[in-house]
Amino acid sequence: MQPNIPASAAPPTLQVRNLRTHFFTRAGVVPAVNDVSFNVGRGKVLGLVGESGSGKTVTGFSIMRLVDEPGRIVGGEMLFGGRDLVRASEEEMRAIRGNRIAMIFQDPMMTLNPVLRIDTQMIETMQAHRKISHDDARQRARDTLGMVGIPSPDERLKAYPHQFSGGMRQRVAIAIALLHEPELIVADEPTTALDVTIQGQILAEVQKLAANTGTSIIWITHDLSVVAGLADDIAVMYAGKIAEYGAVDDVLDQPLHPYTHGLLGSVPSRNKRGQPLLQIPGMTPSLLNLPVGCPFRTRCPRAAEVCAQDPPMAEILPAHEARCFRPHLEEAGVAA
Amino acid sequence: MSATVDAPKAFARGADAEKLIEVVGVSRRFAKRLDFAGKIAAKLGAPLRDEVVHAVDNVDLTIRKGEVVGLVGESGCGKSTLGRMVAGILPPSDGTIIWKGRDRTGLNAKDARAAMLQAQMIFQDPMSSLNPRLKVAEIIGEAPLYHGLTTRAGLSAYVDEQMRRAGLDPVFKARYPHQFSGGQRQRIGIARALAVQPEFLVCDESVAALDVSIQAQVLNLFMRLRQELNLTYLFISHDLGVVEHLSDRVVIMYLGRVVEEAATETVFARANHPYTQSLLAAVPKIEARKKAFATVKGEIPSPLNPPAGCHFHPRCPHAFDRCRVEIPALKEVAPGHRSRCHLNDLPDHGGMPV
Repeated sequence: MQPNIPASAAPPTLQVRNLRTHFFTRAGVVPAVNDVSFNVGRGKVLGLVGESGSGKTVTGFSIMRLVDEPGRIVGGEMLFGGRDLVRASEEEMRAIRGNRIAMIFQDPMMTLNPVLRIDTQMIETMQAHRKISHDDARQRARDTLGMVGIPSPDERLKAYPHQFSGGMRQRVAIAIALLHEPELIVADEPTTALDVTIQGQILAEVQKLAANTGTSIIWITHDLSVVAGLADDIAVMYAGKIAEYGAVDDVLDQPLHPYTHGLLGSVPSRNKRGQPLLQIPGMTPSLLNLPVGCPFRTRCPRAAEVCAQDPPMAEILPAHEARCFRPHLEEAGVAA
Repeated sequence: MSATVDAPKAFARGADAEKLIEVVGVSRRFAKRLDFAGKIAAKLGAPLRDEVVHAVDNVDLTIRKGEVVGLVGESGCGKSTLGRMVAGILPPSDGTIIWKGRDRTGLNAKDARAAMLQAQMIFQDPMSSLNPRLKVAEIIGEAPLYHGLTTRAGLSAYVDEQMRRAGLDPVFKARYPHQFSGGQRQRIGIARALAVQPEFLVCDESVAALDVSIQAQVLNLFMRLRQELNLTYLFISHDLGVVEHLSDRVVIMYLGRVVEEAATETVFARANHPYTQSLLAAVPKIEARKKAFATVKGEIPSPLNPPAGCHFHPRCPHAFDRCRVEIPALKEVAPGHRSRCHLNDLPDHGGMPV
């Protein structure tokens, strides 16, 4: 598959090609990530959108090479700085993880050690990756906390995670991710558990960061409206595959895949007040027992006989790909 | 479909619709008493005392028959506590709750039980509100059988009907909750609530844990049931999009107090209170691309130690001296539109802080 976003001068920070991560469970092989390809450009934000079980989180974990048994990356490549992360040794990954690629999780309590002070955790992180004096590390930790909008960082350095509110804790987690000025941040639903006003604050900080530091971000979420305001590109995942991929305006204004179409229709604010919401019938199929051909066809209003075959990812409109035989082209004003 | 749109407006505007439930000056406090060691320490002069949280502080709320009232607020604002009091599963510390014109505490045993049955609640997490050891048929059938709404002979058919109404296939009634997906579990919760034939449902974040496509299915179910059964809802949610879609009237809470209350269109078009305005500005929208996210500064203060005066003043961009000392009253700024803000008293303001 060719890079679909127009090639800019600089090569993308991360190129994922035909990534496959499968889980070998007793009940059978679960293809959680099945032939996923995308690019993340320098300083760009990619929104990876999907519902529970679509494989979006496993994609994030695969990039970090954090997939645990019985899961395994079984194919594909992830080119990062001229190196293929799929084939990198554990030693190489240890040098990259947290240093050049950082991850932010949904629940910051998962990232933070509850019995260590924030300064200990931040200084430890820095000293794990480079030779830096304790005082310099502390100074850098202080500056980073200030950068993500934590008031009076000097005092807060001495606090324990439980002394922070949920939003502040997430800021600390983001600060730790930023310590090494990584080239790429994988953020897995980092604002899902937060209140709307706090989510707004965090999103504003993230926007500033991407713009100022040139850090690339993969923002994993189920919430289309969050990525609408944040992302440059969107990849919509369904049942382990990318259903649709393109620039944010293209995907949201001219959704090609019936699944994207249905998702957008399900958002209450897109519907007339009081009218029934457009709904996708049925539910996400079990990955153990996917329908033959297009995994969405059992729920798809446009499904036809041809859908019993596996649809390939195809560039249906310029730089706008979808994995569908019968995409929504009428709305886009294009003859099929 | 016009009925769905027109009926609620009629209810929202016409003050003559029957009042189903009236909450008058209701407060709820939760106290953390000092333990034995704490009491001794306090006697010896340690700066310890009982800690009291004003979860709900002097709230008035009227819900008319057939209306859908959306109750919005961030975590810790007291919306769930208020919902529980309205549903009758938590007694208020102060104030009265009037059900169909009669004080709920003054009812005799028979009427009190009838009132309890009439108000049912649907919770956020169906896994923790459904007994994992009961089959679906038992979960749904237990209450109506006990309350004599059906007979043991007719129970099976009765449960089938409840399940069908909530969009569940009755062939699954011998299954346990863990064998269902999240959306189906929520439907079990809905079927259970409807099985006792209530008039009034309190939905506490009932779609918050569901995926968007499943959320749409459940919201559609709520709207269909409302029409079919002439239900009244108190719909509690932090999701303004969901509330806007479903509600006739919206009530916004902040730190235990109602700060604004108006018809849905009014709130979303002409929000009066600065908190409501910043809340609306913070909501991400699909239409807003690459937007600069508007930010309210600061966080919700601890309800253990709320700020004096207007609770919102430390975060409010328009706060002035009076806000720091005096609690603003919830005043009518337009017919059916109430707001709790001192700015509305400023003569040059015209009641619209910008």
